[in-house]
Amino acid sequence: MKPAAFDYHAPRTLEEALDLLAAYGEDAKPLAGGQSLVPTMNFRLAQPEALVDLNEIDGLFFIREGERGLHCGAMTRQRAVERSGMARKAAPLLHEAMPHIAHAQIRNRGTIGGSLAHADPAAELPAVAIALDASMYVRSVTDARWVPARDFYVGLFATAMEPGELLVEVAFPQPRPRSGWAFEEVARQHGNYAMCGAAAVVELSEEGAIKKARLVFLSVGEGPVAADQAAAMLVGERPTATALRAAAEEAATKEIDPVGDIHAGPAYRRHLARVIGERVLTRATARANEAPLL
Amino acid sequence: MTTRQFGQPLKRNEDPRLLTGHALFTDDVQLPGMLHVAFWRSDLAHAFIRSVDVESARKRPGIVAVYTAEDLGEFWQPGPLLVPPPPVEQLEFHQRTQVPLAKGKVRHAGEAVAMVVAESRYLAEDALDDVYVDYEPLEAVVDLEAALAAGAPLVHEDLGTNVSARVTQTKGDWAAAESEADLVLRRRYHYDRGTAAAMENRGIAASWDERAQRLTVWDTTQAPIAIRNGLAAMLGLSEHQVRVIAPFIGGGFGPKIMMFYPEEVLLAWAAVQLNCSLKWIEDREENFYATTQERGQIHDAAIALKRDGTVLGVKDRFLHDAGAYAPYGLTVPINSQCTLLGPYVVPSYRSEFTSVFTNKPIVTPYRGAGRQHGVFVMERLLDAAARRLSLDPAEIRRRNFIPPEEFPYSNEIIYQDFAPLVYDSGNYEPALDRALELIDYERFKQEEQPRREAAGERVGIAVVNYIEGTGIGPYEGARVTVEASGKVSVATGVGTQGQGHYTSFAQVVAEQIGVDVPDVHVVTGDTDLFYWGAGTFASRGAVVAGNAMHAAATKVRRKILKLAGEKLEAAEEDLELIEGRVQVKGVPQTSISLGALAAEANPMRGAVQPGTEPGLEATEYFGPERGATASGVHAMILRVDKDTFLLEIERYVVVHDCGTVINPLILEGQIQGGVAQGIGNAFYEQLHFDENGALRNASLMDYLLPTASDIPNIVSDHVETPSPLNPLGVKGAGEAGAIPVGALFAQALDDAYRDIELEVREIPLSPNRLFELVGEALTRERA
Ligand SMILES: Cc1cc2nc3c(=O)[nH]c(=O)nc-3n(C[C@H](O)[C@H](O)[C@H](O)COP(=O)(O)OP(=O)(O)OC[C@H]3O[C@@H](n4cnc5c(N)ncnc54)[C@H](O)[C@@H]3O)c2cc1C
Repeated sequence: MKPAAFDYHAPRTLEEALDLLAAYGEDAKPLAGGQSLVPTMNFRLAQPEALVDLNEIDGLFFIREGERGLHCGAMTRQRAVERSGMARKAAPLLHEAMPHIAHAQIRNRGTIGGSLAHADPAAELPAVAIALDASMYVRSVTDARWVPARDFYVGLFATAMEPGELLVEVAFPQPRPRSGWAFEEVARQHGNYAMCGAAAVVELSEEGAIKKARLVFLSVGEGPVAADQAAAMLVGERPTATALRAAAEEAATKEIDPVGDIHAGPAYRRHLARVIGERVLTRATARANEAPLL
Repeated sequence: MTTRQFGQPLKRNEDPRLLTGHALFTDDVQLPGMLHVAFWRSDLAHAFIRSVDVESARKRPGIVAVYTAEDLGEFWQPGPLLVPPPPVEQLEFHQRTQVPLAKGKVRHAGEAVAMVVAESRYLAEDALDDVYVDYEPLEAVVDLEAALAAGAPLVHEDLGTNVSARVTQTKGDWAAAESEADLVLRRRYHYDRGTAAAMENRGIAASWDERAQRLTVWDTTQAPIAIRNGLAAMLGLSEHQVRVIAPFIGGGFGPKIMMFYPEEVLLAWAAVQLNCSLKWIEDREENFYATTQERGQIHDAAIALKRDGTVLGVKDRFLHDAGAYAPYGLTVPINSQCTLLGPYVVPSYRSEFTSVFTNKPIVTPYRGAGRQHGVFVMERLLDAAARRLSLDPAEIRRRNFIPPEEFPYSNEIIYQDFAPLVYDSGNYEPALDRALELIDYERFKQEEQPRREAAGERVGIAVVNYIEGTGIGPYEGARVTVEASGKVSVATGVGTQGQGHYTSFAQVVAEQIGVDVPDVHVVTGDTDLFYWGAGTFASRGAVVAGNAMHAAATKVRRKILKLAGEKLEAAEEDLELIEGRVQVKGVPQTSISLGALAAEANPMRGAVQPGTEPGLEATEYFGPERGATASGVHAMILRVDKDTFLLEIERYVVVHDCGTVINPLILEGQIQGGVAQGIGNAFYEQLHFDENGALRNASLMDYLLPTASDIPNIVSDHVETPSPLNPLGVKGAGEAGAIPVGALFAQALDDAYRDIELEVREIPLSPNRLFELVGEALTRERA
């Protein structure tokens, strides 16, 4: 379990990093926290010719409020997001999901950008990003663009980024008035990848009907799966237990197509999606009810 | 002596070194110019090898040598059969043992085909990319029943069958029991494979000193002496030319008693060939293929009972997965066969097993070593019977216990140590009562369970029994020496894998010699310091080596008293050993220190009486006539999340009887660690092989070991029924914690779902499997 030989670069600036990525093209990989990349290299599943280490680029480590809401630099450690009071207030769903990522030791190294870019279908952050309508700021030597989270994920371990592009930051919009959120997952053990998880956001109208809903699953498809039909079913409805259950049922039976693995077969995953879908919608609604009208 | 050392919960002598990172493990061995080894391992489970091309690998920079089976010449030999089959009457046995490098055929995924020696492990692994093996793939033998079907592909063609062994053992008359019975139940049970996953993988460092003509091998083995003897014979060296050191080992659990692993013989051979030092450290992925595994069995069992729950007989037929080779003979399935009988009176027993070669990694004992299966079958049968007879699970067990006055109790069949299965001593009912009390059985059943179930919860309780054959022969030895410093050194050949031998052995010796435990320095696992021994396995260290220590220490004590009597001009009966001194009882002024006495016993000039042995030293050996039978009861309260099927162990109780206790703290550690492994085995750990014999979860990401958050607080207590078979009265405790846990989970789950008559018939389980089983039970219930 030793990686194959590779070139190693540790640029100090974003521009240098982008130059290196442009020069190597597909043959280089950015190194963030290394928590996913290094194991795959040790198994020799990945044998990049070069690593462009992002850990020396100070400009990629930040959490601040800005025009798009909460902005996090790609290299911000997951643990830093988890502990940030600002993130907790500005993106409470993100805060709630954070402890479900691996173990604290791994979150100390793992970065928000690394997790979002890695696009593991079992990862929490991509689902949260979609549920929150986050957007990703992607740069290359020649280009800079904001990509909505929904468009960012294009398949199994695949994103809209091209070789030479780097995820630079991610922005999460501020919570809407009268909205609530919830995240939950079922893993075989604390710290393991989930067999199924879901993030929900529910926004209520002044009359208490559902104005907008988001229900996004992880670990039940090739990437994060947004259950849009279920969400659409809820709009305009009173958030009764029956309505929420029906939405979860719709999502679990029609909107996901889980494949099995050794831990959870398709039927069990579907069952969990139903259970968790209902739980997160219920909790999100309860929180929306408590949320200030503003 | 005044202060007792034996039986005290003393902290471990070895812990400061271990905890501060100053202990020597095999990977800590760094020698000048050391080379590193990597193995090319088969990715196919079953294939003919047409050719192996290592030419381009040999030419890479930094590569010192690349070997295939052809390059080994005469040295290429199948390994020895470690345990010959015991003398049972109805036996068929086909010996096939592992080879150093696959020749002509690979028989399991991960079997080594080529060995690369390089200047670094990185370069060695790079060169693996340049090894080309031309295969003719074969259908893999994976499923035990399919393996025995006519026309099945054969793991060893020359045998003409995949049967590794067949054994039938009987007691009484099953047919009569069946016809007399009020109730006969038949069941099929599955127990699947897991791996021991010791924290430290295997590793070997070997160094040939050409000038001294000596080979030194550091090896993560539980049996250094047998390794030395074997290596010397294979390499044509004298045993004095080979030193094997088993340094600290980060857990063995059985697979490290297996010998000879291909890597073990190849590194030693290559060190001599290349006149060098080299090292191979198994990585975690290799560990999933190259280290032995255990637990695959399928049982078709029946139990015959009277209406009142009295067992009349048990019949069992089972298939045992031996893996690709069976170097360990029949130990595991014989253990299953014998342990099934448990603490119960089973007048008639007919047990027949077939051990089957498959294209999977080799099976050898892993903590429990087949006992789990036997216990699972018997406990499940009793649970099924209790349900049918409307008896409480605890009650049906109580009704069938062997009464205390019946010991020694003969079960009439042959055990793994070739001796008749005779339980030396036991007293089962008090342990059961204590466990029921600690788990608060009645209150839970009468009050708590109904209340919580009414609130929509799923909660179950379970209580199971087991016995554990421990402390088997043949023998171990020990040398105890009082040094001129007054400290005591002890050497044994038994080997150690983290069980606390440096402390428990020291306690046995300190008790006799009257020194503090930290002043007893124990060496195990260095063949230069003790010549004879078998190894640490089968929960035998404390029993067999412990009693050898006791014998040697007792003899040294007599020497001390004799010499001190002369020096102090006192009668031996008037002397006592206190805090490193010998004194006339109650007269501390008339005393001599052990150090001074040791110097006296080793005069450097002058003359001694003819026949005088120097030093305060003795070497003794101990070999019991047969093993000692430990026993115990586990009880648990389990909550199931009825929506997700995740489990929460709310309370866990162990009441255990391993005879006289040397160190309750170490015993507690053994029990807790065992339970943790048992929980892993019951609900987390399972090796998933696909139909081609490929392992789908060869990493700790997908092979789930229980972590701290999965293990409950374990409440434990002890009953002490000393063994009459050894002077210390001890029984082994190494495996007890792990043995009954599967059966316990099954009973608790059945209880939590008794309304739909769930009956768990397999281990390991998982949330997914529980979801399926509950679904099936619901469907049956509705039908
Ligand atoms: C035991 C264990 C358990 C885990 N459990 C979970 C879990 O439950 N949930 C979960 O979500 N994750 C889990 N992880 C993964 C962990 O969260 C990783 O931190 C994360 O997946 C990757 O982040 P990283 O910073 O370590 O990225 P790296 O490993 O350094 O990189 C991951 C990939 O993303 C690319 N990359 C990194 N940064 C950028 C960037 N800025 N722009 C473009 N590409 C980039 C890399 O080139 C690489 O391909 C676990 C990891 C371990 C070791």
